[in-house]
Amino acid sequence: MRPTLAEAILSRAAGRDVRAGDLVVVEPDLVMAHDSLAPAIVKIMREQLGVERVARPDRVALVFDHVSPASTTGTANAQNAIRRFAAEQGIRLFDVGSGICHQVLVESGLARPGTIVIGSDSHSTSYGAVGAFGTGMGSTDVALALATGRTWLRVPETVRVVCEGRFRPGVGAKDLALKIGRELTIDGATYCAVEYHGLEWLPLSGRQTLASMAVEVGAKAGIVPPSGEVARTREVPEWLVADPTVPVAREVRIDLDRLEPQVALPHAVDRVVDLGEVAGTPVDVVFLGTCTNGRYDDMRAVADAVRGRRVADGVRLLVGPASRAELARALEDGTAAALVEAGASLMPPGCGPCMGRHLGTLGDGDVCLSTGNRNFRGRMGSPDARIYLASPLVAAATALAGRITHPEEIGR
Amino acid sequence: MSARIWTFGDDVDTDQIVPGRYAPYMRPDEDVANFAFIEARPDFAADARPGDVIVAGRNFGCGSSREYAVEALVRRRLGAVVAASFARIFYRNAVNLGLPLFVSAEAARVARDGDPAELDAAAGRLVVRDGEVALPAPPPFVLEILRAGGIAAYVRSTGRFPGAAG
Repeated sequence: MRPTLAEAILSRAAGRDVRAGDLVVVEPDLVMAHDSLAPAIVKIMREQLGVERVARPDRVALVFDHVSPASTTGTANAQNAIRRFAAEQGIRLFDVGSGICHQVLVESGLARPGTIVIGSDSHSTSYGAVGAFGTGMGSTDVALALATGRTWLRVPETVRVVCEGRFRPGVGAKDLALKIGRELTIDGATYCAVEYHGLEWLPLSGRQTLASMAVEVGAKAGIVPPSGEVARTREVPEWLVADPTVPVAREVRIDLDRLEPQVALPHAVDRVVDLGEVAGTPVDVVFLGTCTNGRYDDMRAVADAVRGRRVADGVRLLVGPASRAELARALEDGTAAALVEAGASLMPPGCGPCMGRHLGTLGDGDVCLSTGNRNFRGRMGSPDARIYLASPLVAAATALAGRITHPEEIGR
Repeated sequence: MSARIWTFGDDVDTDQIVPGRYAPYMRPDEDVANFAFIEARPDFAADARPGDVIVAGRNFGCGSSREYAVEALVRRRLGAVVAASFARIFYRNAVNLGLPLFVSAEAARVARDGDPAELDAAAGRLVVRDGEVALPAPPPFVLEILRAGGIAAYVRSTGRFPGAAG
């Protein structure tokens, strides 16, 4: 019987044929840590594991994105310590301004089809956008991977999402990601890998949106079979083939032709409704950004909608590019200018206000429509703020109207 | 003073356990214990005592990978978390740091917030005001890690990872 993509990748890495439920010890192709947890990880490696040198510095990437640039002397000092650590150990560091780890590792080509990437961030499922097995782990697991060059994994069962049809105008990958949350619920894929079928035509940016949100249904990994743009731009191993007939733990089918723009209501990622049910809800803040939706394609979609117009009075539109490269594209063709002229605050590449630490932290009573991936109470600041999650197109329409608005309603 | 039960509902996310704004990166490391449920349940942050037991519904610990959510509970010397189910990364982090977790949907039906709690983790038994709940033992490899005191001690003492031969 053919393996699932997760089984194929983990079998290859383990050097034996493994199936869901098996435990494997593997050498990750890439270990990622970001500024928020790298200080703790280094401390655990040194103090608890008694190891001074990273086993495979060539397989490690450090990225400053969570508080980037630093917001306090504490974060500044922590970042300086990590800069010294990276230099001493000969580890590549993507410093302030590079962008969000999940974007940077994909665009730099470090995350590749068929590889295993572990990261100190739950959204490390994102690497599945290029057909990698990406998974998030805690600081101690990442410290162990740095110290030994290895980690252990339980081979996950697979949940297959089969898409049929194409998006209608005003609907995109984020709506699909939210719809998957609505269908599977917040824990519907716990311990599982999600495989996304029927999306050969979906560009890389949309695949990244989907894979980043695999963790929001509890998944360990979310893998889009490498095809289309990914297969054209990257080397795909011949053994990495997704078989849509392999028996899996669960299969859900989604008809894209009938998909409406989706909105996740406060304070749960799976409290998802068709946009019509919350249309007209007033907002104070619109945030376009994050590893889920901060790429050039997302900025371009919003720029095309707001070009020559102004966001509604009283609305703060915050734009956080996912990386320097994505920002550079947006600068080059006028996308960034259109956003700023419409009233946006353009922020440095990074996670921005996604976890409420800086650059747009929400206050009491604020209502935010975010293109991010989490709307838990207090996620972006005050526990009295309310966060709605939606697509960049919905964000654009909402910023112009000052109320949650269907993209088709603002014309163009 | 005896240990007590703290009850929570379904889908307790890590932003409830320790909000990102209270991370060790943002505040001094040792403060994290004071921030356990600082906004979601301030009475827990103020009053939870060593040996207390959290009883919750499904999907406890969903959300981010932040190990400091577990660390905050370990530093408070929590007796155990008993939940109908756990989110993946939280479960792994808890095992790694030696925080006992038990999967039981029955506990949430029997235990009431504020109940006195008598936990016998080794025997797999939780006694509360209205009855007793059997706590199923974790899988053998998880028990081995917990007995070693966490994954760092386990790897240091055995020289291997769970699942590795010999």
